[in-house]
Amino acid sequence: MFGWEFPPFHTGGLGTACEGLTKCLSKNGVELIFVLPKKLDLNVDFLKVVYADDNIPIKKQYYFNSIIQGYTTHKSYENKYELEKEKDLIYASNLNEEVERYGLVAKRIAEEETFDIIHAHDWLTFKAGMMAKRVSGKKLVVHVHATEFDRCGGQGCNQHVYDIEKKGMQEADQIIAISDYTKKQIVKHYGISPKKVIVIHNGTQFEEFILNEVSNLKKSKKIVLSLGRITLQKGIDYLISAARIVLKYDRNVIFVIAGNGDMYEEIVRKVSDMGIADNFIFTGWVKDKNEIKKMYSMADLFIMPSVSEPFGLVPLEAQMCGTPSLISKQSGVAEIFSNCLKADFWDVNDMADKIVAVLKYNELHKTLNENGKEEVKKLTWDKPAVRCMDLYKKMMEEVN
Amino acid sequence: MVSVCFYFQVHQPYRVKKYTIFDIGNNSNYFYDDGDNKRNNEKILRKVSNKCYLPANAVLLELLNKYPEFKISFSFSGVFLEQLEEFAPDVLDSFKKLVDTGQVEILAETYYHSLAFLYSKGEFREQVKLHENLIKRLFGLTPKVFRNTELIYSNEVAREVEAMGYKGILSEGSDNILGWRSPNFLYRPISTKKIKVLTKNYRLSDDLAFRFSEKSWKEWPLTAPKYVEWVNAINGNGNVLNLFMDYETFGEHQWEETGIFEFMRHLPGEILKHPDNNFKTPSEVIDSYNVMGDFDVPHLMSWADVERDLSAWLGNEIQHSAINKVYFLGHRVLKTKDEELIHKWRKLQTSDHFYYMCTKWFADGDVHKYFNPYESPYDAFISFMNVLQDLELRLEKYEMMNPDEKCNLSSSNFNNIYKFNSLLNNKSEGMINGNN
Repeated sequence: MFGWEFPPFHTGGLGTACEGLTKCLSKNGVELIFVLPKKLDLNVDFLKVVYADDNIPIKKQYYFNSIIQGYTTHKSYENKYELEKEKDLIYASNLNEEVERYGLVAKRIAEEETFDIIHAHDWLTFKAGMMAKRVSGKKLVVHVHATEFDRCGGQGCNQHVYDIEKKGMQEADQIIAISDYTKKQIVKHYGISPKKVIVIHNGTQFEEFILNEVSNLKKSKKIVLSLGRITLQKGIDYLISAARIVLKYDRNVIFVIAGNGDMYEEIVRKVSDMGIADNFIFTGWVKDKNEIKKMYSMADLFIMPSVSEPFGLVPLEAQMCGTPSLISKQSGVAEIFSNCLKADFWDVNDMADKIVAVLKYNELHKTLNENGKEEVKKLTWDKPAVRCMDLYKKMMEEVN
Repeated sequence: MVSVCFYFQVHQPYRVKKYTIFDIGNNSNYFYDDGDNKRNNEKILRKVSNKCYLPANAVLLELLNKYPEFKISFSFSGVFLEQLEEFAPDVLDSFKKLVDTGQVEILAETYYHSLAFLYSKGEFREQVKLHENLIKRLFGLTPKVFRNTELIYSNEVAREVEAMGYKGILSEGSDNILGWRSPNFLYRPISTKKIKVLTKNYRLSDDLAFRFSEKSWKEWPLTAPKYVEWVNAINGNGNVLNLFMDYETFGEHQWEETGIFEFMRHLPGEILKHPDNNFKTPSEVIDSYNVMGDFDVPHLMSWADVERDLSAWLGNEIQHSAINKVYFLGHRVLKTKDEELIHKWRKLQTSDHFYYMCTKWFADGDVHKYFNPYESPYDAFISFMNVLQDLELRLEKYEMMNPDEKCNLSSSNFNNIYKFNSLLNNKSEGMINGNN
């Protein structure tokens, strides 16, 4: 299995998903060799092998020395490279070459190891997956957590990334999409036959969090929270339009926007232009997990207004902390999570109607919360892992 | 002797339109959604008329004419008939033609297909009276047998209905109500004097209403001769076979392609082949047979779902808060004597509104989803509560203009709400099992 981030070294949903999936696969007896790019100590080898222990449920883990991280873009890679190049010259000077380098590493590992199936997560690993397939002749499944169309929010896709994605999908024997939403993207934008794409929704690990302290803010105000990158993809500008309407009906609401991103300044400016800055708090990135849980708990409503969201784990996390959600219908999680409110991201009136309702009608908040919690408890990784294993089995049978 | 007693429930609610915060105070049109959606009452009525009411009425008329012994009964909700008058008078005429054969009985119910009995006896009686007037006006008949919304029944319902002068009442006849006893006899509700209860034979009723097109069912495909074998088997162990179901079974729940109309076309002839079989309406059954024993239902029951309880309407907090709010406003609404306002408020009592807020099987995508005109139970709640906000604003406006009329809540006959709620709160499940 090829990944590009894994807890505790991860920044986003992909790492969390890889952990959940691999844990459950291992529990069910699948032996995994996991390959991961990771910036290693210079004194250590180019490749480092870690064997399973209590923390890592994976039989064998390869770390290959790289500065690729979760959600690396061409620009962020180059910035990082600038910082690192003085010290060491093993990294490629741009992301494309580094992805190629990952492929060469994969080739080397594939020649040495024995395995039945190759499983590659998202485009950064597709070259590695294809290379491993070529040297081993084993079947390849590519797992699509997001496409370039999600990442760029519909504007200015990177052709190179798109090409790798498409090639990976074409060369793969099977494709796993994490939602129907993603499957549609794959079929529509990459010209892949829908028959080749199987949808396996992500699961989650339920960890209830109950906050006992009540902050001063919470005592006097209603809190609506959003958390994530402040980018076009995440739809925060629609949220502020909805907020303006909400505030006409209820001045007593505070919108907390946690996160950062390339639209941060634009959003802050818009909020102040609309004259509603007093009702907004921008926290920037909150890194501490406990702090994030506290924020979820403090909120009366969590909002995920994404324009495009292949899955979207955050509303499930908010729900574990006792906060119901209003989520965009244009998200993968909307396909499997029922006990929440849903709106089209562009329908700011509908969004405002639902925000006002959940803040006004206590029973609505309570019923959503109780039913939502019960539902999220059931959304474990067990079923997705079994479906993934069934897919492996089917692919192996086809070989024989 | 087996008397086959058909009773068809015919009902359509006035679904609440998508009513947002922007509508509150600006728009008192609560029910007329003219969009292309499942809340457009006129469109739905037309669709169901074409799929069910018109073709089913045609089949029944043919059968009533062909077999003078064939008898059936209907219960029409007032809000259904009102919509027929408003949107589909041709369909109303086709029902009148059936009634004109003299082989059709019409049952009594609440005009608004409401749960009023649970919240206010006064309001309940008023709605039954309104329904009686409507049936008299449209069909020239006065109902003698009562059926409550969704066959909601308890000893208390039977006592109340007897006091209102009815000679019979309908009930669900499932095992958890009847125990070892058969639904194929009449019973006497406990602590009543004259009224008789007819209990639904849920197996044979549900074979048609739910299982008819179920291909995994071992009896599929069901033919009229096979079904009548089961009917004949009752001979010797029962007087009556109560086949109670939604009329929408024909063509809407069971599509025409399933063969349901053809089945019905052959059924009366097959039943009448056996010399000991006949058809009777509920009143005729009551006049023909004696009761076999007492019928004791201390807790409220209904004909819904496997639970046969009230949890489809009153199973979660949003449902309770919505219905409590409706009845909480009751006294103030009646005080206005504004007929249009009162009528609107009563239309909001229709049980379907609360059914749409049911979250019992929401995550499993069960039957409730199919019938839900809203995208989710929560959306149903939001529109409904926003409507009540508007209604309350209108009441405030009225009370400001008529300060003397401002009502004293403590004298309200809607105090029942509190009694009813405290009863519910004592139950761990939040179900309605109160023995009162």
